Amino acid sequence: MYAHGLFLQAMAVAFSVLLIGFVVEAIRRHHLNERYAILWLGAGGVLLALSVYRPLLDWIALSLGVSYPPSLLFLVAFIFLLGIVLHYSLVISAHRDAIRRLVQAVALLERALEEERAR
Amino acid sequence: MRVLVVIPTYNEAPNIAAVLAAVRAVVVGDIAVVDDGSDDDTAALARRAGVIVLRHPCNLGIGAAVQTGFLYALQQGYDAVVRVDGDLQHDPAHIPALLEQLESDGADIVVGSRFLARQGYQSTFVRRVGILILGVLGALVGTRVTDPTSGYWALNRRALEVLAKFQPDDYPETQSLLVATRAGCRVRELPVVMQARGAGRSSIGALQSGFYMVKVILAVLIERLRPRLRPRSRPPTGTGR
Repeated sequence: MYAHGLFLQAMAVAFSVLLIGFVVEAIRRHHLNERYAILWLGAGGVLLALSVYRPLLDWIALSLGVSYPPSLLFLVAFIFLLGIVLHYSLVISAHRDAIRRLVQAVALLERALEEERAR
Repeated sequence: MRVLVVIPTYNEAPNIAAVLAAVRAVVVGDIAVVDDGSDDDTAALARRAGVIVLRHPCNLGIGAAVQTGFLYALQQGYDAVVRVDGDLQHDPAHIPALLEQLESDGADIVVGSRFLARQGYQSTFVRRVGILILGVLGALVGTRVTDPTSGYWALNRRALEVLAKFQPDDYPETQSLLVATRAGCRVRELPVVMQARGAGRSSIGALQSGFYMVKVILAVLIERLRPRLRPRSRPPTGTGR
């Protein structure tokens, strides 16, 4: 293994650890809901495993018939990000619906209050 | 029959007084202005005019505003709602005719169509093409109306119950007609004369018109894949459920 390969590996491990640390800290401070944290912890875990033990990626790629192992990494990352963004679209839609119901309830309550005060 | 006139507004301060005066001249019943988070003083002007004001704290879209009016009408036990735009496009003179057809024709929704008699404001050319496409699409999926984007409607409680449950936020008319039809509501049309809007600009620009077009087409097609909504007033008959 080349010296710069080792450096890259160290960087990859450090990055994975940082990612996991950031996510855990965000959960601890209530900045990130556990519901959404699971995805990111999972991603961080996979990244860590792949960067700590590099032959793992080669082994998985070759056993899947992928001739150039890093491209498998890109594929998995792409699918993962696509999934997360799609998930967020669903969440945003649900939020939009909830906001609408809340706004409508506020409008009706404000009117009821107005009528109550007029009495 | 207790009737509520629902007027959705968004930044209609220059028009609201004239709209309310015009509706008052025709309707004896109650008028509710649903203000969809206007930046100007539409809501204050409406309050000063002495009508019911339902105010959204933020802007949601005309469909949501109309739905708030429906919810209020159901809550307060009104028998029917007439939906009138807040920009003077809908001449309130047609309100009695809409209500009359709602009562006499056994219809759950009566749509005021500007294309049945081909008089008055016929919209701009580009929009007419869009309306035509929506009309063809509507016919394909089962709502045969000549003016599927008209927002000039009279509705009874049965239709209100369906649309209080589901109505899209923006550009709701075509999809709402489809939802109501599939839920078993009877839709009828009445020729009306519309005018070009009064002061101010439409809240829908050219690029947005295109976006809404695509959105409505998608929504209408997907709507067919959903289970039908069932109003409570009339029990479902013979559909094996």
